[in-house]
Amino acid sequence: MIEIKNVSFSYGDTPVLKNISFNVGSSESVVVMGPSGSGKSTILRLILGLECPQSGEICVDGLNICNLKEKEKQEIRKKIGMVFQDGALFDSMSVWENVGFYLLEHTKLSLEEVGKRAVEMLGFVGLDAKEIMNKLPEQLSGGMQRRVAIGRSLLSTAPKAMLYDEPTTGLDPQSTENVLELIDKLNKERDIATIVVTHEIVDAIGFAGRFIIIIDGQIAFDGSLEELRDSKNLDVLQFLAPFRLSFNEVLKRDFFNYT
Amino acid sequence: MIIALFRRPFYFAETKEQMYLIGIGSLYLVILTGIFAGQGFALAFSNELADFGAKDYLGRIMTIAIVRELGPVLAALMIAARVAAGITAEIGAMKSSNQLNALLSFGIDPIQKLAVPRLLALIVMVPVLTIFCDVIALFGGYIIAVFLAHVSGTMYFAAVKERLIFGNLFIGILKPIVFSFVIAFIACYKGFYSEGGTKGVGKATTESVVLSSIIILVVNFFITKMASSFLKGYL
Repeated sequence: MIEIKNVSFSYGDTPVLKNISFNVGSSESVVVMGPSGSGKSTILRLILGLECPQSGEICVDGLNICNLKEKEKQEIRKKIGMVFQDGALFDSMSVWENVGFYLLEHTKLSLEEVGKRAVEMLGFVGLDAKEIMNKLPEQLSGGMQRRVAIGRSLLSTAPKAMLYDEPTTGLDPQSTENVLELIDKLNKERDIATIVVTHEIVDAIGFAGRFIIIIDGQIAFDGSLEELRDSKNLDVLQFLAPFRLSFNEVLKRDFFNYT
Repeated sequence: MIIALFRRPFYFAETKEQMYLIGIGSLYLVILTGIFAGQGFALAFSNELADFGAKDYLGRIMTIAIVRELGPVLAALMIAARVAAGITAEIGAMKSSNQLNALLSFGIDPIQKLAVPRLLALIVMVPVLTIFCDVIALFGGYIIAVFLAHVSGTMYFAAVKERLIFGNLFIGILKPIVFSFVIAFIACYKGFYSEGGTKGVGKATTESVVLSSIIILVVNFFITKMASSFLKGYL
């Protein structure tokens, strides 16, 4: 579904990604981790074709997105659902208009029909549609905004891949759990490729099948939870050190549940 | 942005909304500007003309000054101050909160969705508001002419009518159309390229108003210069 081949990218003179390569299969769930400023979010921007690498290729469904015209890029983007950091909801639109945005823009469905589907989607992401559908995004909590953003991404042409940029950052534990459960549910029920960018490793353990750790713009680790647990890579150990206590607890609890 | 003007999809609802926001929202500004500018101008010139016994020419001078120069420039400056700031702040805030990227991720071109409706709305509304400004300013001049300068109202309007000729009207409509492009381009450009979060948006908004005001004055000079060469026989 998504192939990243020998990609190097820099903002001006500052190198961000250095010759990284990995693939994500059509129903695979991958968590990309790394310290702040390591280039995690840039990978998502590259996959969407919002930026193009100085060298290397980003292929989505076999097409190099940077070789496409803007119109063709837009078609590719329709296959990918993206949940931005902080949700990036359209603040001048109500919740239902946000959720039904794709349908309002790209289909000729009536407002009633779009509203109906938006209500269904809000229910799917675990929100009380009646209570919030006419509110503005700023009137919602951070966790609710994140779930509305996920609903907005899903109510498009059934995305083949979902990209999440720091989906739980700044949320309280209960909201974090709700959002993570939703991501897990989507990956399993809808059989879509999932890439979650986060620096909250403990949150990621529950649902990811594969972990990629990026340090200083390079892939320091790419493997399963078992391999991560046994990794002797110094950079990886150093990155995991602050999380080690909680990481071990989650590993004890979840590793046996998920394997 | 020009190419996007002719590309599908066309956002009629957004264009209509922007026309309302720009047109109705700026109307009070234009009315106030027009009335006081017209009155001030008429007052100053009626005194000067009285010295030469040429107060009857007040209507002619007012028409040339208002329709060709003051009306378009003052209306555009007022609209630039209000609308350019709003456009830059709105687009800049959308950029800093990732909403522009969200639009792209849904296969929507932000230029088409945000910039084109604003440009179209300005192309329509700036000339309309300028006409309002002209009419109000000439009416302001009439009040001064009749009640302070003691020029007969009939004489004033006859002089106004005499100078409402093709050349003056053409310049009076051409300028606001050009100014609408200036305001839209600068305001949208500053919004799309704003950087540095909320502080950056504030800086871009200020730059947008300052730059569009200066460019309006510069462009106004060149249009007047060119018009006086090309429309010599019509002025």
